[in-house]
Amino acid sequence: MRRIQETLKQKGAILSIYATAGYPKLNDTVEVLKRLQASGVDMIEVGLPFSDPLADGPTIQESSTTALENGMSTEVLFEQLESIREHIHIPLIVMGYFNPVLQYGVEAFCQKCQAVGIDGVILPDLPLEIYQREYQAIFERYGLSMIFLITPQTSDERIRAIEAASNTFIYMVSSASTTGKINGFSDENSAYFKRIADMQLKVPTVVGFGIADAETFQQATAFSKGAIIGSAFIRHLKHHGVDQIAHFIHSLKPSHA
Amino acid sequence: MKQLSYHADEQGFYGEFGGAFIPEMLYPNTEELRKSYLEITSRPEFQKEFKALLKDYVGRPTPLFYASRLSEKYQTKIYLKREDLCHTGAHKVNNTIGQILLAKALGKKRIIAETGAGQHGVATATVCALMGIECVVYMGALDIKRQAPNVARMKLLGATVRAAESGSKTLKDATNEAIRDWINNPVDTHYIIGSVVGPHPYPDMVARFQSVISEEISGQLMEKEGRELPDYVIACVGGGSNAAGIYYHYLDRPEVKLVAVEAAGKGVDSGHSAATSALGKVGIIHGSKTLLMQTQDGQITEPYSISAGLDYPGVGPMHAHLFTSKRAQFISITDDKAMDAGRELAALEGIIPAIETSHAFAVFETLKCKADDVVVVNLSGRGDKDLQTYIDYFEL
Repeated sequence: MRRIQETLKQKGAILSIYATAGYPKLNDTVEVLKRLQASGVDMIEVGLPFSDPLADGPTIQESSTTALENGMSTEVLFEQLESIREHIHIPLIVMGYFNPVLQYGVEAFCQKCQAVGIDGVILPDLPLEIYQREYQAIFERYGLSMIFLITPQTSDERIRAIEAASNTFIYMVSSASTTGKINGFSDENSAYFKRIADMQLKVPTVVGFGIADAETFQQATAFSKGAIIGSAFIRHLKHHGVDQIAHFIHSLKPSHA
Repeated sequence: MKQLSYHADEQGFYGEFGGAFIPEMLYPNTEELRKSYLEITSRPEFQKEFKALLKDYVGRPTPLFYASRLSEKYQTKIYLKREDLCHTGAHKVNNTIGQILLAKALGKKRIIAETGAGQHGVATATVCALMGIECVVYMGALDIKRQAPNVARMKLLGATVRAAESGSKTLKDATNEAIRDWINNPVDTHYIIGSVVGPHPYPDMVARFQSVISEEISGQLMEKEGRELPDYVIACVGGGSNAAGIYYHYLDRPEVKLVAVEAAGKGVDSGHSAATSALGKVGIIHGSKTLLMQTQDGQITEPYSISAGLDYPGVGPMHAHLFTSKRAQFISITDDKAMDAGRELAALEGIIPAIETSHAFAVFETLKCKADDVVVVNLSGRGDKDLQTYIDYFEL
């Protein structure tokens, strides 16, 4: 948790990348993380693949299907990440769906996350109310930040409730969409970014969904602390491979080059 | 209020099962429904229109038929609730009529649905045509190939059929695609789920629309047997909507034995089965906590049954609760037994059932009902759609 808080405090516009674990090859996970860090990424979401990822579009689902076929699982991911903190010093967040976590055992999962050095968790289908009622104490016991999503349809009242439950940042979904759906931001998106900025939340927001290039990255970070790129990165990885990761990252955020 | 414990509570939980495990993007959609479904559906004008359509369009009440030759064979009193006589050939339309009226009351302009074998897709396309509302049905790419006549029906009815190309390209993937559509169209679109699955309030809402089935039985049984309650109520369970409908008014009457019949496929331990109660573990699927078939790692697996309507990897949360609380007896029936039972019903009573429904007729040897027991079986659908499967199986 503290690593995320410090990164948000110390750095300017945050570039966060989502990478499906076990993709494109099962044992690429650590190499992908190393290259992302080396090319100047500020934070990484490690995608724990799920067979039925409801909130994701075709690109991330396809990478998840491939990763599962490659043999990725919760157990394998923790094995791969066992000594990850010898190499990676930027914040690491695990992003996945609730069912695999439930099957692993919520407490066992949190314990393992803490042991390997995970800082936060995003589980889109674990709703705020159930998290607070049943799981918050467990995640906090292991120093894990639970990161919640808001969308343009989320009411102010609910945003305030999510703010109260958040201790690092809020994941601001850019539009009513699944991941990888839109291209470029409209005035409507910008108005929404501004509306949220005007709420002066006690935790920063990081924008995700629909960020694919330097332009959308800049638009997103004009009103928020950072931006998350998932589908565009996975597409690049698919077509250009692990070797070209730095090339992609530098095209997004030239200052890091 | 212990007797109500088999119904959903305010958060949509049946015991530990149910709830709404959905991404935040869906929260406003389901919240709008959660806040309004009870209020809207209890309005007198809603009830009036719903009942009028069920009567004049669907053809309700459906008969309760005493199956004398089947009764003689199994030495008990077997009644058939003839949902196969509903317009479109199955109970599915009870729910789609209810939901289309709800969608209209909410001012929705567009309907989406998922379908496996195509029965719910047809029932949804039907009510959309009736109301003049745009309809998009998601169907697994594999199922589109397997169920060509139903695809053609939906198209004739004016619906757009979109192929789900992700994952295993079957019902669960069609459901994923429908949910994604709803995420991308949160304001003008209503999602008509076809079974008692999905996030709250769907399981409760669909069960209420289907409860017309058990509501009718009480009066019909009084007329024929001079009693309100049967001894047994039997239904097949995939997601579980026809079972929820025929159990509904008996859930809190423990003297009525509830029997749920699942598809064992090629055998519960064969690796080709859809018997969720036997093979499933507690987990989350399509926004609901329930029993589901999954790997040890929590990945959802693909079920198998000869009947396309029963091969759902989960089961509605109401049924998960009926199973773990032992309120209902769960029996799994193999493809072979179901096919024989379907053929037997055709030969003894002149009714060709849907293969889903055939499973429910294969339990009499297991149940050993007494001669004076009154047994009601939900004849949930007719077999026309399955003719090719019957032809191939029996080499007719």
